[in-house]
Amino acid sequence: MKKVITGNHAVSYGAQLARSQVIAAYPITPQTQVVELLSEFCASGKLNAKFIKVESEHSAMSACIAASATGARAFTATSSHGLALMHEMLHWAAGARLPVVLANINRAMGPGWSVWTDQNDSLSQRDLGWIQLYCESNQEVLDTTIQAFRIAEKVLLPVMIVLDAFVLSHTSEPVDIPNQEAVDRFLPPYNLPTKLDLANPRSYGGLTNPDHYYELRYKIQKAHEEALPIIKDVDLEFEKYFGRKYGVVEAYRCEDAKLILVTSGTITGTARVVVDEMRELGRKVGILKQKLFRPTPTEELRSVLYKAQKIAVIDRNISFGHSGVFAQEIKSTLYGLAGAPPIFDYIIGIGGRDVTPSDIREIIENTFKTEAPQEPIIWRGVRL
Amino acid sequence: MRYSIEEKELMFPGHVACPGCGGALAMRLALKALGEKTMVVIPACCWTIIDGPFPIHSLHVPVLHTAFETAAIAASGVKAGLDIQGKEGITVMAWAGDGGTLDIGIQALSGAAERNDDIIYTCYDNEAYMNTGIQRSSATPKGAWTTTTPEKTPKLEPKKNIAEIMIAHRIPYVATATLADPEDLINKFKKAKSIKGTKFIHIFAPCPTGWKMAPDLMIKICRLAVDTKIFPVYECKNGLKYEINIIPNNSIPVTEYLKLQGRFAHLTQKEIQEIQKTVDFEWELLLNRATNVIKFNNKHQS
Repeated sequence: MKKVITGNHAVSYGAQLARSQVIAAYPITPQTQVVELLSEFCASGKLNAKFIKVESEHSAMSACIAASATGARAFTATSSHGLALMHEMLHWAAGARLPVVLANINRAMGPGWSVWTDQNDSLSQRDLGWIQLYCESNQEVLDTTIQAFRIAEKVLLPVMIVLDAFVLSHTSEPVDIPNQEAVDRFLPPYNLPTKLDLANPRSYGGLTNPDHYYELRYKIQKAHEEALPIIKDVDLEFEKYFGRKYGVVEAYRCEDAKLILVTSGTITGTARVVVDEMRELGRKVGILKQKLFRPTPTEELRSVLYKAQKIAVIDRNISFGHSGVFAQEIKSTLYGLAGAPPIFDYIIGIGGRDVTPSDIREIIENTFKTEAPQEPIIWRGVRL
Repeated sequence: MRYSIEEKELMFPGHVACPGCGGALAMRLALKALGEKTMVVIPACCWTIIDGPFPIHSLHVPVLHTAFETAAIAASGVKAGLDIQGKEGITVMAWAGDGGTLDIGIQALSGAAERNDDIIYTCYDNEAYMNTGIQRSSATPKGAWTTTTPEKTPKLEPKKNIAEIMIAHRIPYVATATLADPEDLINKFKKAKSIKGTKFIHIFAPCPTGWKMAPDLMIKICRLAVDTKIFPVYECKNGLKYEINIIPNNSIPVTEYLKLQGRFAHLTQKEIQEIQKTVDFEWELLLNRATNVIKFNNKHQS
């Protein structure tokens, strides 16, 4: 069934179709519509879940962790300051190896207060052990939400679905809503292998001395390494059921591309339009959309990017004192590859400033005409 | 012969509490009252350690350890998870210290109480951050020494009244208890188990290490805390119906309680008199509140 829905409601439909059992959430712009619709689903009986209307995001994540520890499927959604407030418990969810699913609507951090999009909120949570998936369209948001539960429950890692504030969260697009029976077959009821159980009264998360803690962290890293092929399999299986797949990365018109743009989120959609135009004019430019941010899809990135003569990474974020985060990642991914192309790091659109086709066009032109990056980061459109 | 307290133990030797730990005995008694169909949530507190380092676990019930400020919401989350899976009849208890309750955890606790989530929340109160090495909390009484309130500037502020804060949430059941009256304590946990909604139990839990007292005085200190009216033992249903459960022995002055503990050794006679005045005032206030709230409520109901 096709419906015209916002990105936020695509998250809600995904969480509903996945039969979330415990939802705990706190309102924050631009996430609120996600939980408003889920509240309606719960109230009308369309979703049989316990919805805990918590007093903070910190408690939202804590409730999801605790519910997940009993074996229930747990979901929350947040943005920006809410995600930052959860930080401690985001560590806890990954450390406890619980398959909690979270949708984060990318929003800039204060001060000054901004409700508009950039990626600094989710990228600040890079090193915690969460799988992160960045979405481009509302259809992808819904499909990824369903996939997220499947991935989380297979690898016992929490999964974060990420979408841009307003550009996706509040923008309506036609979305195919899968039918429940098919989703139920794709995502059967879940049985956590170890959980709070009266018949087996264990202690979870207690004092762990250096003889044991180290290996627990080793296992989180191993789980990430093992997750990569599983995430790809889940996507392929999803395609069998629903006819859509996304890949952990998507190479768009990259075959003979001399310049490849690396994008994430909605900037990808804008870049597609520009690349199509440029291709009409015979310019050899393509896009590598990085959907999966953690675990890093190293080989998938390398196999596409090393063929290009130049790479332009478009970062709607900044790691202060260093550079754009995606650029760091791409540089680290290509390190040691003989003849790896130069990497241009463009910072753009922070705090929700529009990223227009002409911005992308200028990035492409500038990269084509410049031999190698003149500066480590290139700020687009700074008005001083 | 029938014992008034369940003989079955759900807490085993092998735990690592200090000698004379009030918090350890409190858990032992609470679990005797609640029985095996119980799950316990423990935030950062002495009990993080007492339960034992991995793979040791000294309780015969499942325990979920959680972050410092999350005891209440983690208990709510466990309850919600069990409920939605149709696992009924399981008591979920948050078990937190005074820092985790009166300070860092009060937001989540207030949230759970406002929603009336079906949990028992126990605060075992040893009146400071004992696990980190005796730093003052908002439960530390006025005049007490701690490592962050040295003798020259002991704690200047009175203890936060957490029981009254919880009573103001109008939750179905709030109770205080000490280890000097184990039957009373156990009855309160049994009562809490039988009531749906948020139940809050405040246990006076002496810490011989942090209070600078002999471990074998633990029960005596509890008795003196009640008899000097420093820690009134009472309960309140639905924020309205108060009942004083243990009537203090009126003839015992606070100095009898204070002099056994090194943390009060620096107090002057004048300061002790001030503490006596405050304790008498608070006790009378409690009695007034107890009788007048009931009277007011009865009048309003009729």
